[in-house]
Parts: sequence; structure tokens; C-alpha cells
Amino acid sequence: MLVPILKQGDYLIASIQSELSDADLLKLRDDLVSRVGEFHSRGVIVDVTVLDVMDSFATRTLRAMAHMIMLRGAETVIVGIQPEVAFSMVQLGLKLEGVETALDLEEGLTLLDHRTKGDNKRAR
Amino acid sequence: MPDELCIPVSSEIDIVTARQKGRELAARLGFSNTELTLIATAISEVTRNIVEYARRGELCLSIVQQGNKRGISVIASDRGPGIPNIKLAMQDGYSTGHSLGLGLPGAKRLMDEFEIVSEVGKGTKVTMKKWVQNNVR
Repeated sequence: MLVPILKQGDYLIASIQSELSDADLLKLRDDLVSRVGEFHSRGVIVDVTVLDVMDSFATRTLRAMAHMIMLRGAETVIVGIQPEVAFSMVQLGLKLEGVETALDLEEGLTLLDHRTKGDNKRAR
Repeated sequence: MPDELCIPVSSEIDIVTARQKGRELAARLGFSNTELTLIATAISEVTRNIVEYARRGELCLSIVQQGNKRGISVIASDRGPGIPNIKLAMQDGYSTGHSLGLGLPGAKRLMDEFEIVSEVGKGTKVTMKKWVQNNVR
């Protein structure tokens, strides 16, 4: 299942539409890491609202993806982690260390605006 | 959907099928949404272990009853290389693959019962159960 990636100004928005296999997630990671360069994007939002499972592989892949995107000069925000998924991730001991998260797409955009247009001169 | 089913596991696509089927069966037992997510995640972890270490195996799901308790049983079995040191494999952060090493110990935390039997050169069998908590609903 292909994840559509929308370009909105300086940002890329990847909105996951259905459960993803490991291969789909890896493809999303590779696509985003390359598109950031193609569009000179400053920020990336990955919307995981529809995911009802985030296991160790998904968490590790998202974390790696955010780090790769950071190395390409852009920020990543993961939005839409469901309460049950958050509960299960904590029980499993999974951490998204070093990755920004926000409640939903709107808050994710606000966070990115703040990070990339606001006080980024001081913060980075 | 029958009360018992086995899913052959031979590729990462089967991980998604396994957790969807597990969630469906568990939903019939009346587990809460959070519990359904925990069960699906635990299934995901043990199924991925099969794909990663044994290449192929089987995941069996069934409804089980013990006294007046009802629950779901998940059995992941393979004829893969086996685990030489189960104690080590059950430690958080230990992995011989590329994972975070949280799969098996994590799955144990998500379920009520967890048992692992493994013999080097013969294979591994993980049996997990989760019971419906009737008293809290």
C-alpha cells in the first residue's frame, strides 16, 4: 500500500492510509528521505492516525527515518499516535527518542512552523 | 471466522495478516480496544521473530477456556535454528538480529501468560495467552 506524500509549501505530509507491511514502511522512509532533497523541504509530517499497531519494527523504522531526514536538513514530526498505540508502545518499552510528536496534523504544522520559521536560529 | 486458525508465515506480509486475524478473533471475545492493540502488537512481535530468524513457521490462534475464564491463545512455532540461550533472548535490549531486542520480552509484557520452548537446530515455540477481564467491565 503506497503512502501518498503531499507537498505543502516547505513541508511534506505523508498520510498513512492503511496498515503497512515492513516493506511499505521502508519504502515510505526511502521516499521521504529522497523527496526532502527534491523539494528542498524544511519539515516532514508523518500521520500515523490509522495505524492500530506500532511494534518494535515500525518504531525503529520511524526513528531511523526521522534521523535520516534530520541529516538531510529537515525536521520530522510524527502525528496521530492513538491512545491504545501509545499505551502498547510504553508497555513494550519502545521509545521515539529524538523524534518530535504532535497530537494531530494541525498541531504538527504549528510545531514545524515554530521549529523552522520561529526560533530556529537559536535552537540549531 | 472459526474458533481456531493457523496462518502459515513465510514473509513480512504474513505479519500484517497474523495481527489482523488475531485482532478479529480477540474482538469476538470482548477485549477492550487497548487490549486488542496489545494482543495485535504481541502477535506482530512473535510473528516477526519467525520471519527474521526461522524464515518460515506457523502462527496459530484459538479461543481458550480455563474454568470460567475465556481468552485467546497465540502459538508461534517454527523449525528454525532455535534459541541457544532463552534467558538472554528474554532480556530487554538483547538481539542477534537487527531489531531493538524488545520483541520477545516485550510480547511477554503485553500478554498474561508467556512460555517459550526452544531447541537448537530444531525450532522454537512461543505460547502466549491473554484472558478477558470480566470484573472490570
